[in-house]
Amino acid sequence: MAFKSLLRATVFASSLIMAGGVFVSPALSETVFNRGNSADPESLDPHKTSTVYEAHILRDLYEGLVMQDQNAELIPGAAESWTISDDGLVYTFKLRADAVWSDGSPVTADDFVYAFRRLEDPATGAEYASMLYVVKNGEEVNTGKAKPEELAVKAVDPTTFEVTLNAPTPYFLEMLTHQSTFPVNKASIDKLGADWIKPGNLVSNGAFTLAEFVPNDHIKLVKNPKFHDAANVKLDVVNYFPTEDRSTAIKRFEAGELDSNDDIPTEQLADLKAKFGDQLRIGPYLGTYYYAIKTDKAPWDNVELRNAVSMAIDRDFLAEKVWQNSMLPGYSMVPPGIEGYEPAMATFAEESQIDREDKAKAVLEKLGYTPEKPLKMEIRYNTSENHKNTAVAIQEQLKPLGIEVTMVNTDTKTHYGHLEQKGDFDVARAGWIADYKDPESFLGISRKASGNNYSNYNSPKFEELMDKAAADGGKPELRLKDMSEAERVLIDDVGQIPLLYYSYKNLVSPKIAGFDENVMDVHPSRFISKQ
Amino acid sequence: MLMYVLRRLLTAIPTLFIVVTLAFFLIRIAPGGPFNQERGLSPEIKANLEAQFGLDDPLWLQYGNYLNNLAHGNFGPSYNLPDFTVTELFAAGLPISVQLGAMALTLALLLGGTLGIVAALHQNRWEDYAVIATATAGSTIPTFVIAPIIQLVFGLTWNLLPIGGWNDGAWPNKVGPVLTLALPQIAIVARLMRGSMIEALRGHHIRTARALGLSDWSVIVKHALRGALLPIVSYAGPAAAALLTGSVIVETIFAIPGIGRYFVDAALNRDYTLVMGTVVVIAIFTIVFNLIVDILYAVVDPRVRYD
Repeated sequence: MAFKSLLRATVFASSLIMAGGVFVSPALSETVFNRGNSADPESLDPHKTSTVYEAHILRDLYEGLVMQDQNAELIPGAAESWTISDDGLVYTFKLRADAVWSDGSPVTADDFVYAFRRLEDPATGAEYASMLYVVKNGEEVNTGKAKPEELAVKAVDPTTFEVTLNAPTPYFLEMLTHQSTFPVNKASIDKLGADWIKPGNLVSNGAFTLAEFVPNDHIKLVKNPKFHDAANVKLDVVNYFPTEDRSTAIKRFEAGELDSNDDIPTEQLADLKAKFGDQLRIGPYLGTYYYAIKTDKAPWDNVELRNAVSMAIDRDFLAEKVWQNSMLPGYSMVPPGIEGYEPAMATFAEESQIDREDKAKAVLEKLGYTPEKPLKMEIRYNTSENHKNTAVAIQEQLKPLGIEVTMVNTDTKTHYGHLEQKGDFDVARAGWIADYKDPESFLGISRKASGNNYSNYNSPKFEELMDKAAADGGKPELRLKDMSEAERVLIDDVGQIPLLYYSYKNLVSPKIAGFDENVMDVHPSRFISKQ
Repeated sequence: MLMYVLRRLLTAIPTLFIVVTLAFFLIRIAPGGPFNQERGLSPEIKANLEAQFGLDDPLWLQYGNYLNNLAHGNFGPSYNLPDFTVTELFAAGLPISVQLGAMALTLALLLGGTLGIVAALHQNRWEDYAVIATATAGSTIPTFVIAPIIQLVFGLTWNLLPIGGWNDGAWPNKVGPVLTLALPQIAIVARLMRGSMIEALRGHHIRTARALGLSDWSVIVKHALRGALLPIVSYAGPAAAALLTGSVIVETIFAIPGIGRYFVDAALNRDYTLVMGTVVVIAIFTIVFNLIVDILYAVVDPRVRYD
């Protein structure tokens, strides 16, 4: 019996090998890009978007008024041109005449009116509704104080779409590259209800259309022959594979099952660099890893103490040893990489770590804390090996100063639930990734009224400068200068403790071209080709 | 017997009700909610989202609505994957988990059972030691170690199998997950089988059968095996329920779109409806397989009667 099983197993195994040979070879006529994505999208409805994982897919499926090219530079999308009124309030978009939905119907100004209203309609429950709060009545509609029809958007004629803003907003166009402002097809939503999003039903206006969506397995997009620039789209099929296990993703890449992957297990970085060489691409990404610190709670309400803590943290060590250089040492809330903006770095950034430690120690001694009579500090972080290691390293770095760090680890939902409800803590781990390329995206979270202001930072001077920046919306250079000054105040106040800047970490096969590196980590499949 | 089965199925309803009620309130006690994330939402936007899913209703009403929907076979929408209802997610994932689990269970029972019998018949000889050593190793090496080794050896070094993915259920994609699921089960079944077979072979009826001159084959298969199967049957029931509803580790490592990972992911995401759906499915599988075990008992062991 045992022998028979063994025999059967051998036959079984050899048949698998033969089957395997058949399955690996792709059809020759089609160019297929197998793209690793860290997780499945939450939704393919642009108005229900919430993570960066679906951003890649939505950018392939839909086309907004403006889009980003392979360098994350703004390019015309469904709108071929636009004009801005002299007061900076009215944007008039001229839609391209040849833009059509995948069902052949034209993309009109009414589609954008519908999409913008839908994003703000409270019934949609859009997480990114705040993207259009800059539009007149946007916030009022979303909070139920005005009707969706009152949103200041208008179809002047089928190819002219007009938006009126509350105040001059120089980053408005940049915001429109965000997937939450993409249009959806009204006719199919009216006809199919919730099923409009299903493969086979989904009507989109981007370079690709949805062919298959098997949750946790794959999303298959196929080239949209009706796309206005279809002649320049080189891929026939894009398969997105959500591979949550980073080690598996690496092995799938190595075995050729994936042509690219958007993350790596950072703990293996040194080995991966040696193994993959140029195929591993790491570079600055617009994101900040920081610690929120309760600025309104004793003893942390003391700026001098907060600054001493921040100063004593060895960010080079964190970046090199804990994160294996997959992050960069961070001294400002706005990471470098936004054109025309000078981030305000902590004043101690250029000093040596030894000097910083000595200074920090002196401050703590002055305040009466020593290793014998330590100050207690609790660091909260959400579950992740790297977040833990970061906290442990900081615990060790602060010990000689007379700070005794304890740690509280909770899962992500508990962690952010606690922060959101203004629960008690001393220091808590947080991170911020840019939704659009503007310092506002990073500085807004430290404003008094922001739900993301976990530090409870409240500085009239900071608020004043941020208001001034908003008022100077018509003068972009002055506005950026105002914001840099605001950040100076925030950093000198140690309203948050910036620790690291994020990096993108992509594995890209040499067969792939057009997967260019940029600070937004944006790689539209439309510009990608495969040998 | 039929009465017994009917009675058991009827008592399953209150059991399910208790499980559902406990799960409903327990997951809501957990801190944080489905819409807490790194990028915090303003209170108004969060309120819009909660209203959309009825999470702004009083808890008793939410509970009532959930039970009512459940009674109509409606598990509700998933909060974190709003493109799909929970039913759609299970319709896509459950067949995959069941398929892999059934293959692993079959492999475990056949191979583990055979190894156990071989060991028992050669007690304290090399065959026995080999089986015990393998079984111990098999049940102590965790799946999260076995799975990457299978990927590395069969996938990267020998290029025989794909690393991961489901690929519409192609054969090669199933081998790694099935082997990983089956190995620890083979070990457990082999040890159980060995123990109970040794026990059975000592029975008086075996001695009598041998004395009557029956062949070895007949003694072992017809007389000893039947009694020795009882512990395997009682083990296989809960094991089947667990295997068929998927394994979070195996499905995550091999990137398999089954339902096993929903059990953990949904709880971490506070995707209440998906958690509830998973609990109901696992509860039903457990109840059904326990019933099957009890019926099999009566089939295998004539001393067991349900009147």
